Order: sequence, then C-alpha cells, then structure tokens
Amino acid sequence: MIKGLLMLAALISILTTTGIVLSLIEETIVFLGDVGIGDFLFGTEWSPLFEPPSFGVLPLVTGTLLISLVAMLVATPLGLGAAIYLAEYARPGVRKTIKPILELLAGVPTIVFGYFALTFFTPEILRSLFSLDVAIFNGLVGGIIIGFLIIPTVASISEDSMSAVPQSLREGAFGLGAAKLQVTMRVVFPAALSGIVASLVLAMSRAVGETMVVVIASGLVPQWGANLGDAMETMTAFIATTAKGDIATGSTAYKTIFAVGMTLFVITLIMNLLSIRFVRKYRQVYE
Amino acid sequence: MSAHSQAIARASGSRRAKDFAFRLGMFLCLGLAIGLLGLLLVDVARDGAGRLTWDFVTSFTSIDTDQAGIQAALWGTIWLMGVCAVFIVPVGVATAIYLEEYADDTKWWNRLIEVNIQNLAAVPSIVYGILGLAFLVRGPLSLGPVILAGGLTLGLLVLPVVIISAREAIRAVPPSIREGSMALGATQWQTIRRQVLPAAIPGIATGVILSLARAIGETAPLIVIGAATVVAFNPTSVNDAFTAMPIQIFDWITRPSNDTNNYAPLAAAGILLLMILLLLMNSVAIWLRNRYEQKW
Amino acid sequence: MRDQPVTEHQDRQEETAGLRRPLGVRSGDGSPVPAVEGVPQERRKPREAIFELGDVQVSYGPKPAVRGVTFEIGKNEITALIGPSGCGKSTLIRCLNRMNDLIPTAKVEGQVLYHGQNLYAKEVDAVEVRKRIGMVFQKPNPFPKSIFDNIAFGPRVLGMKGSMDEIVERALTHAALWDEVKDRLKTNAFGMSGGQQQRLCIARCLAVEPDVILMDEPCSALDPISTGKIEDLMMDLKREYSIVIVTHNMQQAARVSDKTAFFTVELDDEEHRSGRVIEFDDTDKIFTNPSDSRTEAYVTGKVG
Repeated sequence: MIKGLLMLAALISILTTTGIVLSLIEETIVFLGDVGIGDFLFGTEWSPLFEPPSFGVLPLVTGTLLISLVAMLVATPLGLGAAIYLAEYARPGVRKTIKPILELLAGVPTIVFGYFALTFFTPEILRSLFSLDVAIFNGLVGGIIIGFLIIPTVASISEDSMSAVPQSLREGAFGLGAAKLQVTMRVVFPAALSGIVASLVLAMSRAVGETMVVVIASGLVPQWGANLGDAMETMTAFIATTAKGDIATGSTAYKTIFAVGMTLFVITLIMNLLSIRFVRKYRQVYE
Repeated sequence: MSAHSQAIARASGSRRAKDFAFRLGMFLCLGLAIGLLGLLLVDVARDGAGRLTWDFVTSFTSIDTDQAGIQAALWGTIWLMGVCAVFIVPVGVATAIYLEEYADDTKWWNRLIEVNIQNLAAVPSIVYGILGLAFLVRGPLSLGPVILAGGLTLGLLVLPVVIISAREAIRAVPPSIREGSMALGATQWQTIRRQVLPAAIPGIATGVILSLARAIGETAPLIVIGAATVVAFNPTSVNDAFTAMPIQIFDWITRPSNDTNNYAPLAAAGILLLMILLLLMNSVAIWLRNRYEQKW
Repeated sequence: MRDQPVTEHQDRQEETAGLRRPLGVRSGDGSPVPAVEGVPQERRKPREAIFELGDVQVSYGPKPAVRGVTFEIGKNEITALIGPSGCGKSTLIRCLNRMNDLIPTAKVEGQVLYHGQNLYAKEVDAVEVRKRIGMVFQKPNPFPKSIFDNIAFGPRVLGMKGSMDEIVERALTHAALWDEVKDRLKTNAFGMSGGQQQRLCIARCLAVEPDVILMDEPCSALDPISTGKIEDLMMDLKREYSIVIVTHNMQQAARVSDKTAFFTVELDDEEHRSGRVIEFDDTDKIFTNPSDSRTEAYVTGKVG
C-alpha cells in the first residue's frame, strides 16, 4: 500500500513530461494545420502579429543558435581552463575555496545577468572599452553573458570527470618522463573526454533555453541574418514577450507560443539525451 | 660524471617556460570567470545600495520612482515559495523513497522514470511556464494566474532537483542501518520511517532549500503564466493574483526612464534584496549540511 | 681498447655522450678493461655504482617514514629491496626517480647520487631524471588507449626521432610481448590479461630507452605463470639495464637478484616507528648466511 502511494508520487514526474509534451503537441498540430509545416520550419520571416502575418520560425532558430554559439565560444575555453586548473594544478586549499565561488556564480538568477548585460556590459565594455559599434540591444552581449552564465556547468562536470581519472594513470605518465602539461593534456584530458563532452552539450542546452538575458539585452526583433551587433530575437524571448500580453486562449498568438515552444523543447531534448549518453559512457570506463 | 648525470643537471628552459605559461593560462581562465562575477556584484551594489532602504521594502510600486517599493513583490515571492515548498517536499521525498527503496531497477518503467527525471532537470524553465499556462492557469484546472498556479509551476520546475538530492541523501545512509533494523523484525516502511529518513533529513533539507533558492530567482515561467507587474497589494490567499520579485525587477528594468523617473536604481535595489535573500538561504543550507553532516 | 663486444645499448649511450668509457667496467669474462688514455684516475670499484645512497631519510610530514638508508645500486645488476609491509621499501624506491615530488608533503634528506650527481640538487630537472630512470608499478596501469599508442606515448612526448612503428616493435620485442600482440596493436590495452598489461607497461618503459628500471612489486597482482615470464624478462633485461625491484616475495628475490637490501621497521628514540635498512649484501649471502638475526628471522620465514 505504501509502495503504491509512493509510486503515485513518482508518477507525477511522468505526468509532468506527458503534460509538457501533450500541451505542446496539441496546440502545435492545430497551429501547423493553420499555417503549414513547410512555411513554419523553412520560412525566413517571423512577424506573426502583423497584417498579413508571417510564420517562418527560422529567424528565431538562427537567432537562438547564433547566440548559443557565441556563448559556447566563451564558455568552452574558460570553463575547461578553469576545470583543468582546479583538477590538476590547484592546491587543495585553493580548490576548496574556489569551488563554492563557482557554485555562487551558478546560483545568481539570470535576471541579474540580464540587468548587468544591458546596463553595464553593453555601454561600458562593448561600446566604451572595446569601441564596438553595437546597438543597445544586440546579440553579442547576450551570447557573451550567457557564456559566462554557463561556465559553472562546464567547469563543474568537467572537473569531476578529470578528478575521477585514477592517479595511477598520471603516475605512469610521469614515470615515463612526461612533463605536467603533457600528462594533463595527453593522458588525463583524453581519459575524461566523455564527461567533458557531456558537460559541453549540457551547457549548450542551457544556453539555448536561456530566456531572461536575451529578453532584456538582445532585443525583440527577429533577425534573418548573422549581425551580432544588432538586435536578434530568440525563441525563448519570443515566447516570453508574447505571453506577457493578455492573449486569448485559442488565438493565433496563443498558438505561436506552443509552436515555438515545441521547437525549443525538441532541440533541447535531443541535446539532453546526447549529454546523458555521454555521462553514462564516462561513468563506465572505470567501473 | 657520465652523460646521464650531466644531462639531468641541464634543466630544459623552454619546457619549464611552457609549463609555466600553461599553468598561468588555466589560472587566468578561472580568474576571468570569477572576475566577471565580481564585476557584476560590484555593479549591482553600486547602482542599488543607495536605494535599498526600509521604505523601499515597505512601499508598493508606483510610477513615481521616489515612492516605489517592492513590498507586494516581496510578499508575493514569500507566498509562492510557501506553496512551492508544500508541494515539493512530500512529492519529492516520496518519489525519492520510491526510487531508492522500493523500485526494482530491472523493470523498464522504473528506468523510464529515472531517465525522465534526468531529462526534466534540463528542460528550459520557460517550457515549464508553458506547461503551467496550458494546464494550471487555463485548460483543465483553470486556476487563473494566481499564487497556487505560480507556486505549483515553480514546484514542477524544481521537483527534479529535489528528487535527485533527496535520493543522494537517502543513498548515503549505509545499508548496515537498514539491515540492522530489518533484522530486529521491522518492516521496510518502518525501517524507512524510523531509521533511514531521519538520518537523511539534513541532506534532504539542504536539497529543498537549494531548490527554493533556485525557484526564487526564476522569472521566465512566471512571465508566461501571467504574473502581474503592477500590483499594489499583498496576497491574502492562494487564489489571489500576484507579482513576485523577479517580475517586479524585470518590469523596472524594461521601463524606459525619463528625467523625472529613473527606474534603474529601483531594479538594482530589487536585485540586491533578492541576492540577500539568496545568500541567506544558501547560508542556511550550508550550515545545515555542515552541522548535521554524518561521516558514516 | 675493448676486448669484448658491448651491447648496442651501451654503444648508443656512448655515442650520444661522446665520452670514453669510465674506469672500472668489467668486460664479460671478468678481467678488468685497461684504462683509456686521458681519463683521470678514479677510485676503483669492483663494479660501477649507478646510485649511491648515503643515510637517506624520507618523511611525509613531521616523522620519518624511512631512515638511515645507505647502500649502492650496481650497473647491470638486479638489486632487490625486501622486508615486511610498511617499512619504506616503496617510499625509498620512489626517491630514485623523484616520484615523491608528486606528493607535496614528502621530504627527502640525505645523499642520493646518480652517476655521481646529486639527484636532488636544485638545478636538476625531475622530468629529465624520469626519462632515464623508468618505473613499473604494482598494479599494471596502461593508458586507456591502444597498445600502439601506449608504447608510443613516451617517445612522442619526449620528442624521440625515428619511425614509431619501429620503436614500438622494438620495445614490444624487448618485453617479450611482440608475438602475442603484433596483430592487434590498435586494440585497446584494457583488453589484455593482467600479465600482458604488466609486460606492456614494461615495454612502454623500455620505449624511452632508460638507463635504470625501477619495479615496485611488479608481480604482486599477477598469477604465477605471468610472474615467471616477467622474472625471465628481468634476467634478460639486466644485460642492458640496471634494475631495482621491491618485492614481498622472498623466493623471487632469491631467484633473480644479485644484491639484496633487507628493510624492517624500528622504533626510534622517540618511540616512533620508521623503516630502515638492516643489511645489504650479495643475495647469496643474505639468504644463506645473513649477518643480522632479524634478517635471518625474515628470510627463514620465522617472521614477516
């Protein structure tokens, strides 16, 4: 009996996923019936609230992917560098103080990063320090700030992964006369690779799903292009701003939330499944 | 002296330089990441510290920036966290107990539940907002954009985190404790209720607090389910419309400022208050973890 | 003048060294080789010492783990370090290639000379040391790479010139492993048996052409047949290399080694237990007519 009750609780998680998938699918199907899947997936203009409306989702997808790419360009070197330093070079005392600080970075709400991006980073760093000619709302700052935001994801999982490499492998390499740089990059890093890749995929998934930074700092105009200096709307930003208004259930605007939401969900789901597979692979190597 | 002894005395200068440069480079990566965090905190503090007064905490929002305050949002957040906690603790702990103590790993449905939870932990938070909109605010339950809907939505969002950390807390209790209890004739449930759970409570509590710390800063799902932005009252029941701190901050950030009214310091002050709350919650969680940490 | 042909290995060493052969090396039939002109007179030793240890002491923290170690390791010999657990044999052998550097709290005092040079002098580079003094560990530790990449790792990172294929084949042949794996060089090293993995580790060590090979209980994780193969390999290798082996297996020490050092644990003046060398001599003597009663007790099986 108890077991039954507990199992019911566990089923809530299944219900959640089912709910997400169902709600998204249902409205999306209706929407695609109205709009046509070809126009949706391959159209290059997104202006659903104009007359006549245009429902090509590509600008939103490319906006999301471009900004996420910038984020990965920031997070990959910085995150992996931090992980390598913490796992292989830092003294235990340093590691103990730094790891909580990285956790702190991970705990800062994204809206705070959004505020920082708009009020400080764009004017003071991008425009002033680097003299870049960017608009007030631009894709670049979104990418950079999201990059910093996801560094803890990359660093923490990669660091765990590298620390899990047995000391005997390092000793074997040192014993052959390898220098520390070689031991780290040619033995430890390759041995930890699947965990590292898992962390990168997971980080990218987070970047894709990130809302507040881009809503605040990257603008609400979809861009069919790759100009990071201009505003670019992402899928998440679109969903947020559309839902903010009072929209009638069943209206086209309402349905666009679900259609774009579906696209977002599918993209992140694929990335998450990939990442889980990689994590399982790295756990197996030493067991 | 042989060739060997001469060779080892000749330290390789370029190799040492490369080693040092590499180590420095890695350290700089870490430094940059932390540096940006520092910059962010300094910027927020500089912008907002002046505006974070007791008046700010006790006033309601207003167009007039001299009068505006965060009271409604603060109480909204508190109510939301209450609903969220009431939801996630029983459901999360029950699920964790089920998965750790009862579920048979070989059955496909149990493995499905596990993979499912791992996936849910990585779904973007805005998708949870859509879920809440479709099922809680409108749709089958049609609660409307009220505290109950908001709290449950946030609860669903952080539930996977609670489950994962509760599982770890339960798993950390050594099998010998369970075996000892069962050997005395206790049933599985009695063992869990009287031995395993009490031992795991500090870990579970830490996980719950950290989950709430995550939920407290979430903006996107609340936007989607329709949290209001101009609210001049505190909630009095779970069926009230509401605003929350992140929403109010967001409103202030996106409002254009003019000569009479500058909303940026309000946003910064709100952020500061939010960060203070977060710091408090994290400190409690860490204190709990250290105070009750069991070395088995 | 040289009466006897010397091995390829020594040839190569001398070519790169550009030195004339030092005094005191015996040729194959035991007769001393005449001094080469121009080399200054050194103290004549019956054999050449690779390592000279003088009152070496190692501590991990305030108290020493092993102390009072004084003996020599000879060229082209197998020197065994025996004794009960915990008396510092592994600690001591790790001093010989500066592996204790990897442990931040380790401190080495006393004299460790390698070919007459202080191994712990400030200007000595530990990486250069380890190129010449290789190590095989208790538990085989191949890298999670292919057999080929395992062997090629050392030569690649050390920038050794030459065809990798040849280097790998030569190392594997030297380690008596070539025939067993020549058809599966690209497969993962973890697919081999324990004994094969350990021989792989030896081959990996040989590929960088060391001067000395240190072995820390190389057979303790292996079955008797693999152990036998490795012991045969050691006897073969000592013609070109000098070997130091830590072993718990007395019979093994008696079988393969030329010289043996017996360690045991002692209480020092402050009632602290630390290891020290009680006796160091020819293996025959240690096992048939030891000087110290504690040595005798250990080798006859009364203790340890």
